Amino acid sequence: MRVELRIDGEAAVAEIDRPGESLLSTLRDRLGLTGTKNACEQGECGSCTVLLDGDPVCSCLVATAQCEGREVKTVVGAVPRPVRDAFIACGAVQCGFCTPGLLVSVADLLEREPDPRDAQIREALAGNLCRCTGYEKIIDAVHAAAEAMSSEAISDGVPRVPARSHLHHNQWINVSNIPRAAGDSTEDTP
Amino acid sequence: MPEPVAGEPNGTTAAAPEPTARTKTAPTKTAPTKTPTPPTRAAGGVGTPLQERSGGVGSSPTRPDAAAKANGAFDYASDLEFPGMLWGHTLRSPHPRARLVSIDTAAALAMPGVAAVLTAADVPGKRYYGLIEADQPVLAIDEVNYQGEPVAIVAAETLDLARRAAEAVTVEYEELETHWDPEEAVEAGNVFRYQPVRLGDPDAQVPAAVVAREYVVGMQDQAPLGPESGVAVPSGDGGVSLYVATQWVHSDLEQIAPCLSLEPDRIHMAIAGIGGAFGAREDLSVQVHMAMLALATARPVKMMYDRAESFVGHVHRHPARMRYEHAADADGKLLYVKARIVLDGGAYASTTEAVVGNAASLAVGPYEVEHVSVDAWGARTNNPPCGAMRGFGGVQTCFAYESQMDALAEMLGLHPLEFRRRNAVAQGSKLITGQIVDAYDPERAGGPSNPGRPFSPLADMLGRFKDIPVPAVPAARDIVELPGGTGNTTHGEGVRRGVGYGVGLKNVCYSEGFDDYSTARVRLELVDGETVAFVHTAAAEVGQGHWSLQAQIARTELGVDRVELLPNDTKVGSAGSSSASRQSYMTGGAVKAACEAVRELWQGRDLADGPIEATQVFRHRVTKPMDPVTGQGESHVQLALCVHRATVDVDVELGLVKVVDLTCVQDVGKIMNPVALEGQIHGGSAQGLGLAVMEEMITEQGRVRNASFTDYLIPTILDMPPMRLRIVENADPEAPYGLRGAGEPPTLSSTPAIVAAIRDATGLALTHIPVRPEHLTAHLGRQP
Repeated sequence: MRVELRIDGEAAVAEIDRPGESLLSTLRDRLGLTGTKNACEQGECGSCTVLLDGDPVCSCLVATAQCEGREVKTVVGAVPRPVRDAFIACGAVQCGFCTPGLLVSVADLLEREPDPRDAQIREALAGNLCRCTGYEKIIDAVHAAAEAMSSEAISDGVPRVPARSHLHHNQWINVSNIPRAAGDSTEDTP
Repeated sequence: MPEPVAGEPNGTTAAAPEPTARTKTAPTKTAPTKTPTPPTRAAGGVGTPLQERSGGVGSSPTRPDAAAKANGAFDYASDLEFPGMLWGHTLRSPHPRARLVSIDTAAALAMPGVAAVLTAADVPGKRYYGLIEADQPVLAIDEVNYQGEPVAIVAAETLDLARRAAEAVTVEYEELETHWDPEEAVEAGNVFRYQPVRLGDPDAQVPAAVVAREYVVGMQDQAPLGPESGVAVPSGDGGVSLYVATQWVHSDLEQIAPCLSLEPDRIHMAIAGIGGAFGAREDLSVQVHMAMLALATARPVKMMYDRAESFVGHVHRHPARMRYEHAADADGKLLYVKARIVLDGGAYASTTEAVVGNAASLAVGPYEVEHVSVDAWGARTNNPPCGAMRGFGGVQTCFAYESQMDALAEMLGLHPLEFRRRNAVAQGSKLITGQIVDAYDPERAGGPSNPGRPFSPLADMLGRFKDIPVPAVPAARDIVELPGGTGNTTHGEGVRRGVGYGVGLKNVCYSEGFDDYSTARVRLELVDGETVAFVHTAAAEVGQGHWSLQAQIARTELGVDRVELLPNDTKVGSAGSSSASRQSYMTGGAVKAACEAVRELWQGRDLADGPIEATQVFRHRVTKPMDPVTGQGESHVQLALCVHRATVDVDVELGLVKVVDLTCVQDVGKIMNPVALEGQIHGGSAQGLGLAVMEEMITEQGRVRNASFTDYLIPTILDMPPMRLRIVENADPEAPYGLRGAGEPPTLSSTPAIVAAIRDATGLALTHIPVRPEHLTAHLGRQP
């Protein structure tokens, strides 16, 4: 079976020999586009998230046969530069296996909601499992990306991502390298 | 996709320059990893002058792997592809215990496109392997001992075909009685290790308060998102190259070579991109199987587990049943602790022996107590094999002893923090193994003298919570913030708030006399007029940021801007495992030592005359085995503390828990990379949260019931609360830069803190983790 579709802005043809072949399998195993990750093949982890005609989907749950004439955007083509830069700058990437899927979900979120609150971020990214980060840096990164994209929109300049997001109010480091006596719990205010 | 460059991790490396005659190489130890050799510990210490340098130690430069990971270009092991590559697949036992009556591979072999079907009879060399004890069959021999044990392997043109061919292999099993109860195994003497600890005379004490309870910890899975994967490429002359996601490539090689009946130098191993590890990649998975298939077919063979196979294809955290008795005097000082700890090691040894050692030596945590009786066992059963997972034997006991500390505090009418403060170990205290606590000492470091009690880092850390308020209950909350979330199960009615604390003490690096070392080769060279440091180690970047750390150390020590990391492979000596929170200490120490050696050779020389190279082996101080009868011995290198405070909201009618806040105080000795460190604390805390309220591999008489992300729940972004961190730097004078390993301690302490908070909200005893809704509602008479 021959399926013609567009992937990250370019025409692509997939000759599939199984009607049930998933879009994930076509992308990775047939076309060699391994930017989209395979971590569960059950639609539970979000690692394989792509945009299908602009909507985020788990590509492991979409049959390639359904994609005739449709537009697929992966981490390569779906993610604005400031989103990537923010993930890198904020430390939101550790092992990175969840990152491509997360970035696609964040791109979709910021398209719908340019300045999301924490609760909106959590709801939007609840389908993307990350085992490394505990998600704190990811929330930092989404805020940083939103800020960079809005300033980009205003100034039309180069997006600038802060080296450490200041937006996540719960985050600080208090270095206590100064020797202190036992029981002396005087504390620097963050 | 383009063919990956052999062994090159994802463009973060540069080609290794060929050594020249001018190169001066320091002697390299290439002794086998498990052969004790005299210590050649390189100088560590906090006194080393640091050069302030952009991107050096203490800063958070951009990770060398971040850009590739964020644009899809980073090649994980599961992304690799070689010309002419076959796919391998494993046929696994459906039974926890059975005799193999017969295996018929003819039908599978007859399928077009199937290149090989191999069984135990085809293993070229030694038929068993293992990290500590070689007791696990490469492929099942005569019997299977756990559900999921590999029985046969297949290579075929596609993964689909390989899977179908595996189904076509006919195996006749005769099911045997399953031994799934670890308590019965202990009674029968069927154990991997028994380790007691004896101190003082618990039975002679007259306590004011006694708490005796039994605790149960479920089986946790590491669940790294990247599946087990790799490719074996035959070299054409009988040798083989392996590209694989592993935590310890040299240990792999040591186990693989005898099984393949090849000399180790016929096998080249390189670490492929790793999608998380957390202990799951310490034991072998695909390595021997794909190498056998590649050698049998003379073609590259790739293997990649799917999620269900991953759940049975690696070891898990040991489930535990622990009976603890804690006693205190009227002044709130611990009098004695008795503990009976049974860990289920499952069918094969893996690292159970070492896990039992940790569980025993850390059985009471960071508290002073003079009378102790601990008995710890690692049972052999027909359950899934258990081994390394972040926290490694410290997690299970931490839940029990911290629960006990809370219960005793309540009985004594003391605040949980005050009770812990009264019993906190200090500089000069003895652990229950007799090991002297060599804590940070302000006086020794030239700080103010302290005439009272010796400095206690733990007491200091416990005191730091008073200035961080527990978050207030907001007047109006988004439903996402309530227990049950968008399930819309409550609008606040029936919701109770609770607060709890947990303290964890984790050993860093390998313990009990293990010859633990790491190797680094550093080369300084002029490249187009720029001074470039090339760093070569075999340390696994599992996501923790170790590549960054190596580059930071080289920048600081050599005063260079540009650092190129060479592929992590077996062309350099062992770095040991990326586990036990040890790589910053050990490979960080090795890179530092190699840089120092290069610096020395650099004196009076011009780089224009040729590159300078040095290889150094770094060892931590020697540790001692635990006495088999008393458990006494200086068994650990370094100890690291972490304290959590959890705030939870519990819907007490439905048994639903929402963790609202996690505040964490951790002693890391020295902050090497602030952003990476925060990420470790966040991620470690999240895995502790998972164990507290979500994660358990359910087995029924040896059969795994929930091998999928649908049924095994790991925390999502909705489950994790915001975190507040206080990071303390009590330097360890023996460690490079004074650092303490940081990856594991948060995984210990977040679990008991969360459960304590749920107890605070509900008044229930809660002795089983993960805490399930039915544990919270059973007293309402609505038990399912």
